[in-house]
Amino acid sequence: MSIKFEKVGYTYSPGSPLEKKGLDDISFELKEGSFTAIIGHTGSGKSTLMQHFNALLKPTEGQIEIAGTTITPETSNKNLKQLRKHVSLVFQFPESQLFENTVLDDIAFGPKNFGFSEEEAKESARSWLNKVGLPDEISERSPFELSGGQMRRVAIAGVMAYEPDILCLDEPAAGLDPRARKQMMNLFSEYQKAGHTIILVTHNMDDVANYADDVLVLEHGKLLMHDCPDQVFKNRAWLEEHHLEEPKASLFAAQLENFTFAKPPLTKRDLVKEIEKNLKG
Amino acid sequence: MSKILIGRYISGNSLVYKMDPRGKLLATIFFILIVFMANNPLSYLIVTVFSLVAVAATKLKPKIFWDGVKPLIWLILFTSFLQLFFTVGGKVYWRWTIFAVSSYGIENAIFIFIRFTVIILISTVMTVTTMPLEIADAIEWILTPLKLIKVPVDKIALVMSIALRFVPTLFDETFKIMNAQRSRGADFNNGGLITRAKAVTPLLVPLFISSLETAIDLSTAMESRGYRGDDGRTKFRVLKWSKYDLVNLGYFAILIVLLLVFRTH
Repeated sequence: MSIKFEKVGYTYSPGSPLEKKGLDDISFELKEGSFTAIIGHTGSGKSTLMQHFNALLKPTEGQIEIAGTTITPETSNKNLKQLRKHVSLVFQFPESQLFENTVLDDIAFGPKNFGFSEEEAKESARSWLNKVGLPDEISERSPFELSGGQMRRVAIAGVMAYEPDILCLDEPAAGLDPRARKQMMNLFSEYQKAGHTIILVTHNMDDVANYADDVLVLEHGKLLMHDCPDQVFKNRAWLEEHHLEEPKASLFAAQLENFTFAKPPLTKRDLVKEIEKNLKG
Repeated sequence: MSKILIGRYISGNSLVYKMDPRGKLLATIFFILIVFMANNPLSYLIVTVFSLVAVAATKLKPKIFWDGVKPLIWLILFTSFLQLFFTVGGKVYWRWTIFAVSSYGIENAIFIFIRFTVIILISTVMTVTTMPLEIADAIEWILTPLKLIKVPVDKIALVMSIALRFVPTLFDETFKIMNAQRSRGADFNNGGLITRAKAVTPLLVPLFISSLETAIDLSTAMESRGYRGDDGRTKFRVLKWSKYDLVNLGYFAILIVLLLVFRTH
């Protein structure tokens, strides 16, 4: 189930006075089971691109092959449920999508829509409640009584409870405290290791370095680069030119004079290893 | 959603844009009233020419105005047809049971058609060339005399500008929640009336919650910036009459004189 974009373009309100190009001639292919990060500064088209993965937006040019479905500009809005069962989106601040009376019902909403029986849905909801690190006791409480971070977890559980093959995340950890952030990112990483594909939109370059194995860099609606993190973070001048940051580890490494690196370290673990090597050698 | 033009501002830089919003709002209301003064072909011609000149003066593409008329075209045609078939009098061309096409009917149908179209055109000229906040300021100014009978005009104006400010925000929020629920399988477009009405719950509940939360946050932020809700606030956006408003005034003065002269008494 690879994901293939072929010359995809998207124009907002075509033919009206407010016409605006969102995506321009985007082509790429993502491997099944990969962890892809989409980066680029604000307004570069990340969120627009993301909404194409489950056809919330349909391309105005080109075509997309994803999860056995082909999306073209002519694709009808009906019968997209099957696609959305396989490809799921977690929007920024997903806690705003909670609406049910109890936490459990809210998590079970997705599974029920995708054909799970009442029992299966509840069971899946209960297990995902634990997986996102929430205790069973809150399952019968109203989601609106929870803290912001807990609401976020409930919302994310609600999207993962029907186990989509492809999970797209738009800044899932924005506004969380450091510990919760790490927990959520590890949850996604484990989900990937269980054989699912993850696509992450983020501004946090450390997350890219730590978790991603593939990076898409966008600028002004165009695909600037599609490569592994090592290649993307290789050229400092290029990053600066395109308003991108480096991971903290590589910034730190750049400050260390008289140290030699086999390759520039991107994560804390690599950095520590390289420093040890240098000090011994 | 992108097709609806009511309340949408399109930036431009023609004469109409430089006019004071108060003048434009008054002129629009005034125009809607005086259209009903027209009662013969010549006076309708005058009204049509005057509104087309106003449209041309905006220097916007004609398509924008067509988009304004389009959603209401069925209503206009329906009313015109009713006039066409049910007006009695004059020379009768065709008759079948209660339906009849007469010379009066044809005339009335055309008049109604023109009346509707010019009212929509002039209102569109007003809304596309005036920013919503300017319209709110203009309404506040028009309401000012009501202060004499203790109507809290300042607060009404504040409510209006906050409401206008949050229309786009709430639209964005609505779309975001809709997309989020669609992503987890909600279906807003299929099924019968009852199924669809039920499908709105996952949209409305979060929307109400977020509106209330926004209201609480906003009121706290306003208080912390010194808002007390009492009198004595100054105005930052001050409207100024200019020579362009004389054009506006003169234009409608000529229109009313012509109508008075050419309507049949």
